[in-house]
Parts: sequence; C-alpha cells; structure tokens
Amino acid sequence: MRTTSHRKALSLLLVAGLGLAAASCGSGDDDKPAAQSSGDANAPVTITVGCQPPKSNPKERAGWDEDIAEFQKLHPNITIQSKDAFPCINPDTFQAKLAGGTQEDVFYVYYTDVQKIIKAKQAADITPYLGEVKALKDIRPDVQGVFKSEDKTYGLPRNNYNMGLVYNRKLFTQAGLNPDSPPKTWTEVQEAAKKIAGLGAGYTGFGEYSAGNTGGWHFAASLYARGGSMVADDGKSAAFNSAEGKAVLENLKKMRWDDNSMGTKQLLQWEDLMRMMGSGKLGMMIGAPDVVQSVNNDFQGKFEDYGVTAVPESDGKSSLSGGDGYMFNPKATPEKIKAGLAWLEFHELTPGKGQFDYERAKSQGRPVGLPIPDLYGNSAPGKEIVALRKQFATVPVDHFTPYVDAQASITNKLEPPKAQELYAVLDVAMSAVLTRKDADIDKLLSDAEGKANKILAKNT
Amino acid sequence: MAVLTAKPPVRRSLPQGAARRAVGRNLTAYGFLCGALICFAFFSWYPMVREVFLSFQENNFVDPAKWVGFDNFRTVIEDPAFRSAWLNTAAFTGLSLVIGYAVPFVLAVVLNELRHARGYLRFVVYLPVMLPPAVGVLLFKWFYDPGAGLFNQVLAVFGLPPLAWLDSSSTALVSLVLVSTWMNLGTGTLIYLAALQSIPGELYESAELDGAGLFKRVWHVTIPQTKLILLVMLLLQVVATMQVFIEPYLLTGGGPENATVTVAYLMYQYAFNFGDFGGGGALGLMLMVVLMVFSAIYLRVSRDNEGGR
Repeated sequence: MRTTSHRKALSLLLVAGLGLAAASCGSGDDDKPAAQSSGDANAPVTITVGCQPPKSNPKERAGWDEDIAEFQKLHPNITIQSKDAFPCINPDTFQAKLAGGTQEDVFYVYYTDVQKIIKAKQAADITPYLGEVKALKDIRPDVQGVFKSEDKTYGLPRNNYNMGLVYNRKLFTQAGLNPDSPPKTWTEVQEAAKKIAGLGAGYTGFGEYSAGNTGGWHFAASLYARGGSMVADDGKSAAFNSAEGKAVLENLKKMRWDDNSMGTKQLLQWEDLMRMMGSGKLGMMIGAPDVVQSVNNDFQGKFEDYGVTAVPESDGKSSLSGGDGYMFNPKATPEKIKAGLAWLEFHELTPGKGQFDYERAKSQGRPVGLPIPDLYGNSAPGKEIVALRKQFATVPVDHFTPYVDAQASITNKLEPPKAQELYAVLDVAMSAVLTRKDADIDKLLSDAEGKANKILAKNT
Repeated sequence: MAVLTAKPPVRRSLPQGAARRAVGRNLTAYGFLCGALICFAFFSWYPMVREVFLSFQENNFVDPAKWVGFDNFRTVIEDPAFRSAWLNTAAFTGLSLVIGYAVPFVLAVVLNELRHARGYLRFVVYLPVMLPPAVGVLLFKWFYDPGAGLFNQVLAVFGLPPLAWLDSSSTALVSLVLVSTWMNLGTGTLIYLAALQSIPGELYESAELDGAGLFKRVWHVTIPQTKLILLVMLLLQVVATMQVFIEPYLLTGGGPENATVTVAYLMYQYAFNFGDFGGGGALGLMLMVVLMVFSAIYLRVSRDNEGGR
C-alpha cells in the first residue's frame, strides 16, 4: 500500500512536470551585487559588455576588438570583457540570464523591450552619471526619450530608424514601374502591387505580417503613418478604432481580395517577409532601412536591388520608430556604470569612431551608406556622421534618398504602452482581413478595442 | 486494492540480516538511480516547484519576489485569448484522438501481419520520429503552402480545388493535428507492435483453426489482449496533446483569429513575449491540475491491472 501511494505521488509529480517545465525558470533571489563601490575614480574596474559581433562575422568582430584595445589605452583602469551572441538579445533568455546572474553589466536591448524592462525594474537608473556623457546634449530628444521613464534615464541608444516602405527596384523595373519614383499614395501602392503580382505565379506585390505579434506591430506602423494613434494620450484606453485604423485594414482587404496582389500565403511572421524579399519575389513591404541590411546579410538579397521610401501619405505625420541600445544591469556598481557609459560614448556615439568609423568599414569591404543609425538628426555630430557616410559610401545611397528626404517632415513616435499585448490583440484583426474575404472590419476593430481597453486598464 | 493489501509485504518478512544483504546487493543499482534522481530533481522537479511559487508572485528576478495571491490567475482568466486557448486545446486533443489515436494501432496490426519487408516498413514508419520536431513541422509548412504546396498540388491532380489549410480558421486546427499525428505516428506504432508481439501465437492459431479472418482475429484476440496498452496510450496521448506548443508556435503563431492559440502557446506568450512569468506560471499550474486528473486516471488503470494479475 505504501509502495503504491509512493509510486502514485512520484508519477503525479512526473506528469505534472510535463505541464510546467516550459514556463519554469530559476530564482535569482540570492544574487549579490557584482562589486562594491571603492570611491576611487581611477580604481581598476572590469565590465562585461554584450553584443560583440560573433566569430561568424569576422570583419565586424575585428573592428570591435580594435576599438576595445584603443579604448583601454585611453582608459587604462577599465577592462572590457566582451560577450558575443547572435542575435545580441534573445527575449526568451533575458529573464533567465538575469535570474541566473549572467546578464552583462552593459546589456544590449531593442526599443521594443526598453519600457518593459524599466517597468520591471530590471535596469539601473543611470541619471546620476549622465553628466559625463558629453554627446547626450546633441542626441535627438525623441531618441533619448526611448530610454526614459518620468525623469529618469535607463540607457543610451545605438541605432535609430523609423518605418518606411521597402521595395524591390529590380521587380519595379520588371513590372514596368519606375524604381526612382516609388509610390507616394496607397492608390499607387495598390497599382504597383497589382503589376508586380501580375509578373507570374509566386510573385507578391505587397507583403504583410499577421501572426506572432508582428501583425499588430505593422498595424501600429501603418496607423501612425496615417496619423492615427494606438492609445489615447493618457495611455488608459485604446485609440486605434478610428478612421485611420479602419483605413489600414480596408487597404489590406482590398489588396488581398479585390486585387489579389498579396499572395495566397498568410500568417506571415518576421522572417517570412525577409525571406520573400531576399528571394526577389516580393515587391513591397512596410519596413525600415534595417530590413535591407538584414535581407542583404542574412537572406541572400543584394543591397543594390532594394530601395526605401517613406510610408505612403505619411508626410507631416508620425512614423513608428525602432532601434536598439544599451542598458545597465540593476546590480552594477556606480564605477561599472561610469565605465560602461565611457565605453558607449566612445563606441556608439562618437562620429568617426566605433560604429561610425566608416573609413574602416569601407576598407573592410562592409556596406556603408544606409541612412541609419540616425541618433543626432540635424545637430553638429549628425551632420558630421552624414558627411562621413557619404564620403565612404559603398552602397547606392540614392536608393534611400526618398526615405531620407521625408525624414524632415516625419516625427518619430514610440511604441504604445503594453505594446506586445496590444500587438497580440491586433494580430487577430490583421489575420482576419488577410484570411477571410467576408471579414467585418468594424466588428474586428471594436472587438480589438474592447480587449485592448481591458489590457490597458490593468496597472496603467 | 483488496488483492494488494491481502499480500503480505515481502520485504518486511525478511530477517534483518537478509534485508541488509539485499540492500548491499542493490547498492550499485541505487548508485545509478541517484544520478537519475539528481537530474530529475534539478532539471524537472525543482523548476516545477519554483513555477508553482512563481504563479503566486510578482517577480522581476532583481528585487525580492512579491506575493500577489491569485492576481496572476485573475489576469490570465480575464485575457480575451484565455477562453480560445482552452477551447482550442480541448479541440486539438479531441481531434488528435479521432484522427491520431486509431491510426498507429491499425498500422501496427498491418505491420504485424506482414510477412515480407516488415523491418524496412517499420523503419519507414518510425522515420518521422527521428526528424527534429522543428524540421518536421517546417516541412509541413511547405506542404501546406496554399500556392505551391504539395497538398494542393495533389488535390489539383484529382481535380479538387485548393484548400487554405493553415490560412483558414476552419481548417487551421485540423491541419495542426495532422502534423502532430504524422510526427508521433512512429512511436505509437512501435509501442503497439511490441504489445502485439507479446500476444501468444497459439491464440491466433486457434482462431485461424476456427476459421477467423483478419478482422475477427483483431476483434476477438488482438483488441482484448491489448486492452490495457490501448487505454494507457489513450491517456498518455491526452496528456501529451494537451501540451501542444511547437505546431502553433512554428506554423500559425496562434492565428488566424486566435484559431490555433493553445494553453501552452499562451503560456509561452505570457512568459516570453509579455515578460509576465507569473501569468505564464498561473496558466502552467492550471494546465498541470487538468493533466493531474488524467494522470490519476492513468494510475488507477495501471493499479487495477496490477491487482487483476
């Protein structure tokens, strides 16, 4: 009897484990601060920094290692231990690294995660140490704003861009369209998409996401470009059930079902459109210049085949901004934070140095000329960076001119609060219009609004 | 139960010296067992217990965890996708039983009856199990492609119209069940085959002498002789299919219109997309309670069988 009940308990435990292992993780409650403050500004300090280029990217890695050596010469008391990874951050493992005490002192982060990390108190407040970062006064306030919450600052940017329209110039030519005059209105997008889809089986005029939260993300991008908002100004209620929101879905529905220019395969996620772009069968998609970089580096596309312009009809309106940067381990000492800031200023924020060393990038045969990152706008360092980029360009910069020209009249707009949750809700509406001919747009938006309001009402 | 209690515990009846000798003889076995137990404790049971705690906490892994009672449960229950996730999980499990439960058994019976190429065919049936799950699932992504996919090409050969497969809320879940069935077919078939081969050959010989054909032999000999394994496999399949994750994660992202969101997928979304491990833990705990009901039935079935021997 005892044997049976023991076995029963053991078996129950085993079976229970099946259901829980997926969401489990360690505690980390017993982590200790990495080091104590010594008070001496020149005392030796060692920091770990994330996002060293991986060994599979030898040119960028060599550049990084050179920069580390140069920086350590300038700051002999600082030792930098680089941590490489590709991708630089994996949201799936972020919490586990934090809990396990292996999170870098200076860790890499996407804009999309910044506010979530600040809210969860998983990054250090660096406000008291910012006086030493001279570049800060010139950084675009909207870009630096990504890393702010109330009056406090939690990180520095490395890259910044906003959404545009990425298009395949080669396909434009094949379809009889002028690649130097990309679409300026959605009507022109529709016409171009029809012509590209008409090239034959397998060609898609316009591609769009609708699964894994990417549908909601692109809904937000299209909505901002039309002048709409995801949430009300107070952040407490949804604002996407609007004329602009309706226009986003109606446009997609028309292209998908009336024009048949969006292909039959839907429920696309991040990699799908990149792969389609790289294979040369996709005409247009919402995306920033970083899409071209990714398609070139990872999906067999060629820089010269692509161009980027502003999202149609977005003149004078907003564009969803994206990018990445660095934040600090909440357990880092003041010395580590100061050392980390010095490194970031040197490597990420100085024209002609680190990531902006375009001369070296050109000599290594790396692409130079994409209109990103844009950290400084029209301030002096911004102009200097643009001039250097032009001087050492290796890719056809003209292909990005329409995007660059539009920037003057477009405002960067951050992601809404509870972004991922809202994107998950809007995936439903996006997937509905792209997979169901009879989708009721008004009802979809009103359902999504109700769901979003519930999400926003909680803890905001 | 009565049978078990009626048997005197054998070990207790051993003299003390004999018991000590028995333990001594088994020391090596206990040594080997220790390794497995430590691994289970570290990688399975500890995270499981931590997860139960986590589901009642707000934890950012930096500050001390804050107890929030049932707040995490309230959050996930109020989630618009919660209801869809449970309904889809139940539907997936139900469809898996309808589509996937009988197929491996039938295949095992057929393979068992074969006289030639039995080994080769067993290998072919087992082959999908050897593929990494992600590879198998992504292979089906291509099969299901509404334009150039294999399945629609086959339908076209027979003059049938193409199906939307994953892209329609009415067919997406069934499409996922087909993937899951295909990937797990080999394991089920092998287990059934092992059970079939333990059936004494005389029973079939007697049945054949009495003039029983294949179907009568299956009905009167095979099914009664494999009743227990059929029941156990049914319960194990329920437990396994209720945790379906990889298919919706890789193929549909939960869409279209939440048609393929499952409890395990939602759990993942909470933990890794929303950064809410408490919410993910709460969903995991709910799923565990449901799975425990089935595992209790499984234990009851196993125990009844032991008692009946």
